[in-house]
Amino acid sequence: MRWAFGFVRAMPLSGQIGLFFVVFWLLVAIVGPWLAPHSVGAFVDFDVLSGLSRKFPLGTDYLGRDVLSRLLWGARYTVFLGLGAALLASLTGTTLALLAAIKGGWTDEVLSRAMDTLISIPSKIFVLVLVAAFGSSLTLLLLIPAITYVPGNFRIVRALAVNIVALDFVQVARARGEGAVHIALREVLPNMIHPLLADLGLRFVFIVLLLSGLSFLGLGVQPPNADLGSLVRENVSGLTDGAPAILMPALAIATLTVGANLLIDALKPAGRR
Amino acid sequence: MTGAAHVEVTDLRIVAHLPGGEERVIVDGVSFAVPRGEILALIGESGSGKTTIALSLMGYARPGVRIAGGAIRVGETRIDQLGNRALTGLRGRSIAYIAQSAASAFNPSRTIMGQVIEPLLVHRLARRAEAEAKAITLFEALALPDPERIGARYPHQVSGGQLQRLMAAMALISDPELVILDEPTTALDVTTQVEVLKAFKTALTLSGASAVYVSHDLAVVAQMADRIAVLSQGSLCEEGSAAELLAAPRDDYTRTLLAAARPAERAPAVLADEAPLLAVARLTAGYGAIRNGVPAIPVLSDVSFTLARGATLGVIGESGSGKSTLARVIAGFLPRAAGLVSLAGNELPTGIAGRSRDQLRRVQLVFQNADTALNPAHDVFTVLARPLAFYHGIKGPAARARVDELLDLIRLPRNFADRPVQALSGGQKQRVNLARALAAEPELLLCDEVTSALDTVVGAAILELIDDLRRKLGIATVFISHDVTTVRAFCDQVLVLYGGTAVEQADRSSFARGPHHPYTRLLIDSVPTMVPGWLEQISTQPRAAIPGPQSARNLCRFIARCPIAISGSCDEIAPPLRGSADQNWLCHHHPAELACEATGARA
Repeated sequence: MRWAFGFVRAMPLSGQIGLFFVVFWLLVAIVGPWLAPHSVGAFVDFDVLSGLSRKFPLGTDYLGRDVLSRLLWGARYTVFLGLGAALLASLTGTTLALLAAIKGGWTDEVLSRAMDTLISIPSKIFVLVLVAAFGSSLTLLLLIPAITYVPGNFRIVRALAVNIVALDFVQVARARGEGAVHIALREVLPNMIHPLLADLGLRFVFIVLLLSGLSFLGLGVQPPNADLGSLVRENVSGLTDGAPAILMPALAIATLTVGANLLIDALKPAGRR
Repeated sequence: MTGAAHVEVTDLRIVAHLPGGEERVIVDGVSFAVPRGEILALIGESGSGKTTIALSLMGYARPGVRIAGGAIRVGETRIDQLGNRALTGLRGRSIAYIAQSAASAFNPSRTIMGQVIEPLLVHRLARRAEAEAKAITLFEALALPDPERIGARYPHQVSGGQLQRLMAAMALISDPELVILDEPTTALDVTTQVEVLKAFKTALTLSGASAVYVSHDLAVVAQMADRIAVLSQGSLCEEGSAAELLAAPRDDYTRTLLAAARPAERAPAVLADEAPLLAVARLTAGYGAIRNGVPAIPVLSDVSFTLARGATLGVIGESGSGKSTLARVIAGFLPRAAGLVSLAGNELPTGIAGRSRDQLRRVQLVFQNADTALNPAHDVFTVLARPLAFYHGIKGPAARARVDELLDLIRLPRNFADRPVQALSGGQKQRVNLARALAAEPELLLCDEVTSALDTVVGAAILELIDDLRRKLGIATVFISHDVTTVRAFCDQVLVLYGGTAVEQADRSSFARGPHHPYTRLLIDSVPTMVPGWLEQISTQPRAAIPGPQSARNLCRFIARCPIAISGSCDEIAPPLRGSADQNWLCHHHPAELACEATGARA
């Protein structure tokens, strides 16, 4: 506890702000549904796209539903799907990239060309095809962004790893007779953890945007449930009036993604031993 | 010193800002003067503040560093009182700087001429045509080949020594009154260094500029400088004329430097008369695909030697001679194309993948550059404990105890175990690098230029340590170096490589006695001595490219540079192997002739 406190204190202000938003949205994602004053699909007001009021702190949406409640319900989709898919993409991409960089030769060639093939498929079309074929489900919404972002991660990590693998200390480990796993985890990975984290942050943002885009097309989380992106989409008619129903979810996406990246950028100097 | 000195530095104080907001004094109360047209050398170890002082003469301080006090006067100008705009007008015009690495100072995507005349164009001192004409005169003065056309080339199309001289042309083109040279020959081979030093000295004398020469090599300084200032940890130890200071040093630190520059002779190893530990026979290796025992790009050809347990073999040669390749082949990084490498009578498989863990343990390679050979993400304990666990299964408290022993062995305090690798100095890193190899308890240690990245004093300490350890632990050593002096003092056997062939092999006493192959002679003669005037006497020849091992009917590879090549035999027939078991050469000349030649050259 004390260690954590010191860790936060040592971070620059931007990092503390980032940490605050990330923790805030994680909490909202976990306990949000219990705090929500109304159920997610309940029509509670006859006035649509209303402004802030005591009864509805964040106004109502285009069908007269409570925006606060829908935000509290919706955050978990964006946070967990986004984070889950980003982690999945990075883990897969990094593992394959390290394998390619360390083994070299045919392994590298086959993996790299496979990734090139994958990257050449336009991601939106890929998603549309998959959703059209299998229908929208949470598993699919987790897997699609993960698969889409593996090649990008692979490319970056492989480029970093190839440079590190050429350094003398990796040669020393090889001459000692070390296996690929030891070289990957103990020699190479510690030297690229920061760019890797930065990449994870960026992927997370892209995935949130992709999910929002999918929802916008009506292929994401299905009504009456909605992730933050869907909330923006369904209230788009309120844009001209500046209705909180569209501003609030947009603000939520912004704080979540910017916060996550501020936090990750701040980890660089603090994580340096 | 009279008040008329051209450059005068008085009571200079430079401080660095630490992250905590504190300040650390890195140059403390240094004063010196350079008379007009003379060369002053700043000499000291890394961290002594010599480069910081040299940069301050241009009014420049690196980020996080500040000139905190004192006066710097160049001619009539008080550098320390000038603003940024005035300094920009000065730099590259009346004060010029020659950096250590020309390769990183040139822009690889522009021609050399464009960059050499840039100072004139930036300061609007001349038109392009005049500037180019002037550059060509300078190229001639610096003894560059083909001065009319070399400017049209790109930096990667000339050699390292040529690039260093081209940088001098860039510095001298605006007729500066002060030139600052920051270790300009440290990265070069001995033979190249001589050429570059000669060219620098001629050009500086011609231009009449004053110069400040930063170096850690006393012998180089003895040849270049009129005055020497010795620095240690940011303060001045001693300053005086070069001849006096070298003949009669007053300061203890200067004496240490002088002692480090002349390595002491070591006693030869006492060898048990048994079968050799390492035997290399008719080794051929290189890069690229191997066809019929010949690689696409051959580097080594037909190299043979044996090494007894506990003995040291010194391998010398210029860069590109194949010395590092030899170590890499023995260690198994690079598969050999033909020949045999056997350890204690058993043939070693060509590649790392084919060798058993025990075979890998018995041969350890110590890399040249400890900065890249140690993982920056690890601490010292992690580095040293890994081979213990990997080869000997030592873990837990036993590993702790063994790491402590290793640290004792390399003479570092035991609490260094918990330090991150990044927090170590260059010399400390090289010690840890060595300890990691020793942790495996090897029988053969391959040391690849282990001291070339280090200062003279630190390097001498590392050599001392290696010599001590091999005596204590009875490890055979292959010691690769381009420094003839070190090898001569340190090794039981010497192998001289040129263009991938062993041109001379000798045991210690025969090597000390001579005679030598003409190439060895050149290497020995190229090592700067402390004797003033040595640089003026030595003759340098324009060098030809070193031919690869497969060129032209196995002729002597040194022929293009050989001063005593015999037409009709050297350019017709492959050189025979002459000499005895103690010493042999690949040369057409008889040993007696070589001996005559050597004495003739000296007289």
